[in-house]
Amino acid sequence: MSDPAASREVLDAAIHESGHTADAEGHVTADGRKIGAVVMEMKNITLRFGGVEAIKDISFDIREGEIRAIIGPNGAGKSSMLNVISGFYHPQEGEVWYRGERRPPMKPFQIARQGIARTFQNIALFEGMSVLDNVMTGRLNQMNASILDQAFWWGKAQREEVANRQKAEEVIDFLEIQNIRKTPVGRLPYGLKKRVELARALAAEPRILLLDEPMAGMNVEEKEDMSRFVLDVNDEFGTTIVLIEHDMGVVMDLSDRVVVMDYGKKIGDGTPDEVRTNQEVIDAYLGVAHD
Amino acid sequence: MPEQLIFAMEVTLNGLLNGVMYALVALGFVLIFKASGIFNYAQGVMALFAAMTLVGIQQGRVPFGHLINEIFGTDIHYFGWEVPALAAILLTVVVMIGFAWLVQKFVFRHLVGQEPIILFMATIGLAYFLEGVSDLMWGSEIRNLDVGLPQGINDAIDLATFEIFGYGFFIDNLDIAAAVIATVLVGGLIAFAQYTKQGRAMRAVADDHQAALSVGIKLNYVWVLVWSLAGIVALVAGIMWGAKSGVQFSLSLIALKALPVLMLGGFTSIPGAIVGGLIIGVGEALFEFAVGPMIGGATENWFAYVLALVFLVFRPQGLFGEKIIERV
Repeated sequence: MSDPAASREVLDAAIHESGHTADAEGHVTADGRKIGAVVMEMKNITLRFGGVEAIKDISFDIREGEIRAIIGPNGAGKSSMLNVISGFYHPQEGEVWYRGERRPPMKPFQIARQGIARTFQNIALFEGMSVLDNVMTGRLNQMNASILDQAFWWGKAQREEVANRQKAEEVIDFLEIQNIRKTPVGRLPYGLKKRVELARALAAEPRILLLDEPMAGMNVEEKEDMSRFVLDVNDEFGTTIVLIEHDMGVVMDLSDRVVVMDYGKKIGDGTPDEVRTNQEVIDAYLGVAHD
Repeated sequence: MPEQLIFAMEVTLNGLLNGVMYALVALGFVLIFKASGIFNYAQGVMALFAAMTLVGIQQGRVPFGHLINEIFGTDIHYFGWEVPALAAILLTVVVMIGFAWLVQKFVFRHLVGQEPIILFMATIGLAYFLEGVSDLMWGSEIRNLDVGLPQGINDAIDLATFEIFGYGFFIDNLDIAAAVIATVLVGGLIAFAQYTKQGRAMRAVADDHQAALSVGIKLNYVWVLVWSLAGIVALVAGIMWGAKSGVQFSLSLIALKALPVLMLGGFTSIPGAIVGGLIIGVGEALFEFAVGPMIGGATENWFAYVLALVFLVFRPQGLFGEKIIERV
């Protein structure tokens, strides 16, 4: 199962069974969403911290427009994988291919400028700034007025500010956080902070959105809200989403395909149904009911 | 109106204008501290260096003149031209931006993620280094700085107060000019931080590095920007103080006066720096006026520090600083 080619065959077979067609150009899911070609491919990624191998020779791909989940027990290397994608970690071995090109080692800010936005497991917001300002930082890369224009608030700087403010407000509306627009983020409860972080990532209009445990620590209602937003984002903007999540119910409901990791290795890859019935995955993670 | 009260009013007014100058120096500290968490001990020396550079450029001095003459046995000191004030100021701004870039490239870039105390030590080193460079480049003599700011008693205020109180206030035109320029500068900086892309990036970097990286902010660029702004603020402070008392080494010591201002206003607040500066300016002027004669005068030398001590005991985060909350 750990061979990517094999897993894609299995996936394609599964899709074929369910009456859809799959090819290099993608396919349409049962609920009518378009899944495109491979947009990002991780090839034989190995990441070490000193003597510890956090990720061991993992390969998988991400298709345009899909929701791709990464699951696994604590310490399996899921967050490390997300950090590799977003450039916070640099793997010792392996290649990252993005939009058909091999990506050279890059700083996180350069990767963000390539259209990859992310949220963090422990929430990394600008606590002292208002919700609106936080969302506006997501628009920074869409603004390119010169520093002199900005210093004197001339022409382009002014127009840009207005246009981007508009876009930020749209995102705020979309995620239903209008009523806290002016509140300093530090004062918000946990669940709302998570939503603001999603708003900031979304404001960048990313091609790929990386969500590190977007529902951790939430109650059932908040989880439902967040699930709805994730689906809406994917549906409305066609954003490719990679998410790490512990709540199996959520993962199975949301995702198109799932990568399962354990001790830094990939032990499963496929549709939720396939993963659910994979014996190795059941042993390592899903487990059997303990009495 | 009793004579004492009229004098007190004059003292207060002068104290306020002096306070603006203190605030200006403190502002340079706050800018860097907010954006990078570095307490920049070199801010005062930066003001000295900026003022020296401005005078040097204006008078057409040859930078490193002494050094060149020593090595090559020549005797050149001037290029033989004079640069108009405005052009000289712009050139000095360019120099300060260059300095910011060098500081970031050769010092703080290598210290990212270090303890604040280490960064602070680095700025002490930077202060001594810059002091030396300043000497080497432009010499250590006292220089007159004249960029065409108005100086001397303000006749209008003198006349108006004479008509009302029968006593004309002595208010220096330079102090008024300094207050106006400082107000414009501060207003501009606040607007810049609030409503522009780079201003927002600055605030973002100050708040959380990881998050800033994840939205595509280049930390190095923002830091160079912040140091450049601090350099420009230093230049303005250097011009004001230099015009007042000549450009000389003691200019770098005005930075010390900023410390009590910061303790009052809080290290992280721009309005705090302004209000703190005003309180210290007025406080020390009034204290000298009221208590000074009784205890032999010269209270300006220590009043600010005692006030700062009192604040440290009762309100360590300052008037406007972010509240210190420890989560358990």
